[in-house]
Amino acid sequence: MRVLSALLIAAALAAPAAAETVLIRDGRVVTNGAAGTIEGGDVLIVDGRVSAVGADIAAPRGARIVEANGRYVTPGAFAAMSEIGLSEISGSGAPNDADLDSDDISAAADASRAFNPQVTAVAVTRMEGVTHAAIAPSSTDTIFGGRGALVSMSGEPDSLLRGNAFMVVELGETGANRVGGSRAALWPAFEAALRDAREYPNRYRSGQGGAVLSELDAAALQPFARGQGLFLVHIESAADIRRLIRFKRDNPALRFAIHGGAEAWQVADDLARAQIPVIVDPLSNLPDRFERLSARLDNAALLDRAGVTVAIAPAPGTVDAHQARLVLQLAGNAVANGMEWDAAFAAVSRTPAEIFGVGTTLGRLERNYQADIVIWDGDPLQVTSAPDAVFIEGVEQPLVSRQTLLRDRYHPSRGQRQ
Amino acid sequence: MRSRLHPVIALAAGLALTACATAPETDDEAADERMPFASTYAPRPSSPTLIRGATVLDGAGAELANADVLMRDGRIVAVGANLSADGATVVDGSGRFVTPGIIDAHSHLGAYPSPGIQATSDGNEATQPNTAEVWVEHSVWPQDPGFQRAVAGGITTLHVLPGSANLFGGRGVTLRPVFGARTVQEMKFPDAPQSMKMACGENPARVYGGRNSSPATGMGNVAGYRQAFANAERYARRLRNAEEGNGDPPDRDLEMETLAGVLNGDILLQWHCYRADEMANAIEISHEFDFEIAAFHHAVEAYKITDLLVEEDICAAIWADWWGFKIEAYDGIRENIPFVHAGGGCAIVHSDSEVGIQRLNQEAAKALADGRRAGLEITRGEAWTWLSRNPARALRIDDEVGTLEAGRRADVVIWSADPLSSYAVAEQVYMDGALVYDRDQINDRPSDFELGQAYREGMQ
Repeated sequence: MRVLSALLIAAALAAPAAAETVLIRDGRVVTNGAAGTIEGGDVLIVDGRVSAVGADIAAPRGARIVEANGRYVTPGAFAAMSEIGLSEISGSGAPNDADLDSDDISAAADASRAFNPQVTAVAVTRMEGVTHAAIAPSSTDTIFGGRGALVSMSGEPDSLLRGNAFMVVELGETGANRVGGSRAALWPAFEAALRDAREYPNRYRSGQGGAVLSELDAAALQPFARGQGLFLVHIESAADIRRLIRFKRDNPALRFAIHGGAEAWQVADDLARAQIPVIVDPLSNLPDRFERLSARLDNAALLDRAGVTVAIAPAPGTVDAHQARLVLQLAGNAVANGMEWDAAFAAVSRTPAEIFGVGTTLGRLERNYQADIVIWDGDPLQVTSAPDAVFIEGVEQPLVSRQTLLRDRYHPSRGQRQ
Repeated sequence: MRSRLHPVIALAAGLALTACATAPETDDEAADERMPFASTYAPRPSSPTLIRGATVLDGAGAELANADVLMRDGRIVAVGANLSADGATVVDGSGRFVTPGIIDAHSHLGAYPSPGIQATSDGNEATQPNTAEVWVEHSVWPQDPGFQRAVAGGITTLHVLPGSANLFGGRGVTLRPVFGARTVQEMKFPDAPQSMKMACGENPARVYGGRNSSPATGMGNVAGYRQAFANAERYARRLRNAEEGNGDPPDRDLEMETLAGVLNGDILLQWHCYRADEMANAIEISHEFDFEIAAFHHAVEAYKITDLLVEEDICAAIWADWWGFKIEAYDGIRENIPFVHAGGGCAIVHSDSEVGIQRLNQEAAKALADGRRAGLEITRGEAWTWLSRNPARALRIDDEVGTLEAGRRADVVIWSADPLSSYAVAEQVYMDGALVYDRDQINDRPSDFELGQAYREGMQ
């Protein structure tokens, strides 16, 4: 009996059931789309996609019915920045693919080549309602953090959605430290890197070489330098943000989003006009760095009100491999500090998908969207809530993780020593 | 509780011993002698206040509906129904929740202040594995903006500890987050005992092993603890003998004074320890040298040894859900706090973070919800003991703060809604009966550091 249950658990951890036709009935359906939130709404899942959303949807023959009974039914959350899958343990001298210490490769570093969908954090994360994440290395030796990837929390071999999804670039204090300690060198270094990339491969084949980039990094940077990919820029201060806005004005073909932006509220109108999205941390309210002296709790609310596209994630420097699940708590704190609930929920679901270019398939409960759906036992932005069911691509996920197994092994009802 | 074998000797925290070579002092003279670095904290002026008709979580485990809280002369007078205002300012508590102020048993505010730069990184004297001689209060910068951010999150008392690089990190201090304090003495909680910080596990072994010195391993850690306590026993014995007229006292040794203070119970032991087996080793050492451990901090695996913790009467100060950042944190589970609680243990929600300290109520809320989902019956009132009574107990200030019992210091928070949630905010915070934070009136309390910076109101 024990062996059997162990096998069942192992099976549950390893291989979810195949996609099926499911009708979720009578939920408080947060569509993240034009239909807004539908009270008493139904969601029909067919072949891993949302087939219909609305009231009183008829159940196709053979469909499994899940009664939501008024519970929240939402798209899965999207962690707008994480290192999940890049290490099992991040410290302790354990292997950590998020931490790159190399002079030879930086912009070319590719998170998609390091992602492991079988780390235990994936199951820990998805059972709290997070179904997708953008991942990137946290640290390199240059201003380029490398190429980020978009991943699903299914744990399946195919859970890499997209590699080469964005290019991390440090243009604030951290970046300055990587070019000798001064912003005075930062932007010239960035511009030189863009030139190297644009002139790849000619200047490398001619023997001239790059001004600042290796051939490998220049090749990787080229599509981004040509406006074919998104630069995710780590900056915090209003002064740095203004510099970025000016740079974009002069280089309109390039695409930028900001991660950090603690002082973005001071330049909210300019950001809205420049159409630069910002990924902020709603808990960032301390002058803990000189580039964050005016950090405040209502940053997300102020930006949203000004018409800036706002997503929510931990600030640069606090992104980790294990707590992507806390993005919903971050969004709840944005609500506590004045952000509209719908905007805050979108900021950890639809908006990251849009920023990273997968907004037509992820982040909404609308027809033909991928069926990444969570049924919650309460308001998903409340820390006291948790999922009752999680679907990824229409497949219901086991709510089991290494943590729940430890929990069950040491549950007080079973006594301490067995 | 285990009894102490050592008689209490006159080695109160920081008591100067240099004068002892002369004639013995009388008790009065001893009382007159001001201890170095003694608290100069003074409660802010307050007027009597009655909070009427709130839901009260009293910190002792109870929840009272539609209850009044009366404060006078800085103390709690009564909690109950239909209290007479008797001239007190009446605050409408309807629809609101009232709790004791939150006590964070593990903070580094002031020692790792904002802004965090090389010069302000003041929490680890990581120069040798035993720095029991240092006092973190001598690193605390009262202008750290984090103190007032913490008050806005309902914090009225915090215990600041040295970091965990060393086996013996030094002495910790219990503080009030006083706005406008010019000195750390103005923040020191009156008569609160100091603590000593010790650290198990990876950190000391990494820091010193990385320098090819001891400790480099878990066994090196334990040898380091034991040898230091063995030395401290000898020092304490010589002190005691000298007091009894047998021989001269030893030369003053600040490191030994701290360790001897732990042995005689004047200094509380706060021990950073993640793993169950390492906590068990620590308990063995406490038996060998006969001292008490007030609390294990972080205690990621406390849930595996709740029985041991209960038997030894040791609190566990825990994060709600941190895990995985080190191998010693790999077995973290969300039910750690509720499991310790359910086993009859003294569970504490701590922050160890300048961000987390601003919303410890949310951390308790997570632990409560996760415990309930695991089938445990835990009330909101019980959950609040993790935030006030239990940390007060681990800091040995539970006769002064931590609950709303009559006579306790009037540290009171009025919350906009159930504080065991995401959206509730502290509307008012009272410290010793004085209103020190009001979300509508006095929520912007810049430290000296923040004054005049370009973004501040009126400066743009």
